[in-house]
Amino acid sequence: MLEFKHVTKRYNNGGDKEAAVKDLNLTINKGEFVCFIGPSGCGKTTTMKMVNRLIDITEGTISVNGEDITKQDPVSLRRSIGYVIQQIGLMPHMTIKENIVLVGTLLKWSQEKKDERAKELIKLVGLPEEYLDKYPHELSGGQQQRIGVLRALAVNPPLILMDEPFGALDPITRDSLQEEFKKLQKELNKTIVFVTHDMDEALKLADKVVIMRDGEVVQADTPDEILRNPANEFVEEFLGKDRLIQARPDVTTVQQIMGSSPVTVNAGESLKGAISKMRQERVDSLLVVDENNTLQGMVDVEMVDLHWKKAENVEEIMDTEVFSVSKDSLLRDAVHKILRRGLKYVPVVDESHKLVGIVTRASLADIVYDTIWGDGLEIEEAVAASQ
Amino acid sequence: MMAFFSEHGMELIVKTWEHLFISGAAILLGVLVAVPLGVLFTRIPQIADRLISFIGILQTIPSLAILAFFIPLIGVGKIPAIIALFVYSLLPILRNTYTGVKDVDGHVLEAGKGMGMNNWESIIKIELPLALPVIMAGIRLSTVYLIGWAALAAFIGGGGLGDFIFDGMNLYQPDLIVAGTIPATILALLANWLLSIIERKLTPKGLMKSYQTS
Ligand SMILES: Nc1ncnc2c1ncn2[C@@H]1O[C@H](COP(=O)(O)OP(=O)(O)OP(=O)(O)O)[C@@H](O)[C@H]1O
Ligand SMILES: [Mg+2]
Repeated sequence: MLEFKHVTKRYNNGGDKEAAVKDLNLTINKGEFVCFIGPSGCGKTTTMKMVNRLIDITEGTISVNGEDITKQDPVSLRRSIGYVIQQIGLMPHMTIKENIVLVGTLLKWSQEKKDERAKELIKLVGLPEEYLDKYPHELSGGQQQRIGVLRALAVNPPLILMDEPFGALDPITRDSLQEEFKKLQKELNKTIVFVTHDMDEALKLADKVVIMRDGEVVQADTPDEILRNPANEFVEEFLGKDRLIQARPDVTTVQQIMGSSPVTVNAGESLKGAISKMRQERVDSLLVVDENNTLQGMVDVEMVDLHWKKAENVEEIMDTEVFSVSKDSLLRDAVHKILRRGLKYVPVVDESHKLVGIVTRASLADIVYDTIWGDGLEIEEAVAASQ
Repeated sequence: MMAFFSEHGMELIVKTWEHLFISGAAILLGVLVAVPLGVLFTRIPQIADRLISFIGILQTIPSLAILAFFIPLIGVGKIPAIIALFVYSLLPILRNTYTGVKDVDGHVLEAGKGMGMNNWESIIKIELPLALPVIMAGIRLSTVYLIGWAALAAFIGGGGLGDFIFDGMNLYQPDLIVAGTIPATILALLANWLLSIIERKLTPKGLMKSYQTS
């Protein structure tokens, strides 16, 4: 949909000044919601304005749907790309209706078509139709911002550029607009390039977050991936300690907290051997593995006692219906399962079902402790539910 | 008084009409030239200020001198009078157009451009409507001045109420001077009032309210 190839921008004042955007490479797929974020002056706005040619590219190419934008007429290119500027920029001398369908006017739409479209759009953001005849100064800041967004949607462009569109709003209005907008984007399946200063906003809205510094992309990834694996200290710092801790129960994998040496017994082991292993390790159950360490099942002391006379080895009596989790699964999910099923422990396996570790109820105590520090409520709820 | 009207009544109407015609034509020309020029200047901001101060110098030349200058160049009569007045109308209209258009909110312009307005659409749909109150103020100022200065047109044979004033001065008849001055003043006031009505009619509704509330 939108592709940046080795894109560089140098503003030509002051001679060999450092580039505002350096060798940017990025592909944005159709329907993706991409947030650009980074400290002030890192080149977010510059990057965005190069897409609709409000700023000329110094080196490299940007293509929309495979077509180089410099080969297109800038005016018709801009009419095909929605654009929301940070400062809203509604035309003060035009009614809300005229503002919303401005691009339609430029494209010489009929009056009926424009009227219809304006009514359709204003419904999307939950404003009454009477607002269409008002002027921008008669609307509150939040309402104006909504109109600014609608204006970008008017002729249904597949790609929309938004430069801090919710920047100047109070937190409550911003929150509800964000939610409205994310819903809208999903429904309409738009590709969106969104610039923001606000990490919470980026994490909440984006499918992909592009973190920039000094004109370069530091990391471009899904919000989860960025929280889980910040590329470097800059990203960590930018995310903030609070967010990382808070995010931990969400993105920690089972592997990161599991005990790595579960007590096991070989499938071919005799019952006598099994019971002495339990005595030796002071446990009441054993995980059964084969010679490749693949998880087969489990035995506990009761099962051994019950079949003491009848069976030769562990394989005959073991319970093969053992609930296990993969080492890459999210800890949060594993915890939910353990608590819901009232298990004492869960074996952890890799992709080929080899036993690699164990999560016990004791290790959960550590997690809950962390979670309370991290202010996460979900696990507490889970604990309550399991009682 | 009655005697004056019975003697000069017809002449008064003709001269008033001439006066109105001369200044009206000059203003119209001024608007036609200065408004586009003012918009053009906003496209060349690097040299616009210098150009405007140059035109400012023209206006510091005393009006009588300019009129005198024009006689050898274009002779006497109505046309030279209109041309001379036109030169005077330029600066206020030009300067106000330039400032008005230049001061249009840059974000609004960027939004327009970003949505795919070309230069022409931007001027017609955004810049002129938003600058209109300022441009109209320039036109009003010019008109009021010009109606006063048009009295000097008589000096180069342009006619108008100036004829009364010059006759009065030559013949030592104060009532003739008054007969030229009072209608000119009334004309200026009327024109100002009329233009303010036009201005209000033309000013976009959305702007008027924001001016009232702010
Ligand atoms: N028109 C311009 N002329 C010269 N330099 C510019 C121009 N616009 C931006 N710059 C410079 O380019 C760099 C990137 O600017 P840009 O506006 O893209 O930053 P940004 O990431 O959008 O910042 P912010 O978060 O403050 O909006 C900055 O160093 C800025 O000073
Ligand atoms: Mg910016």
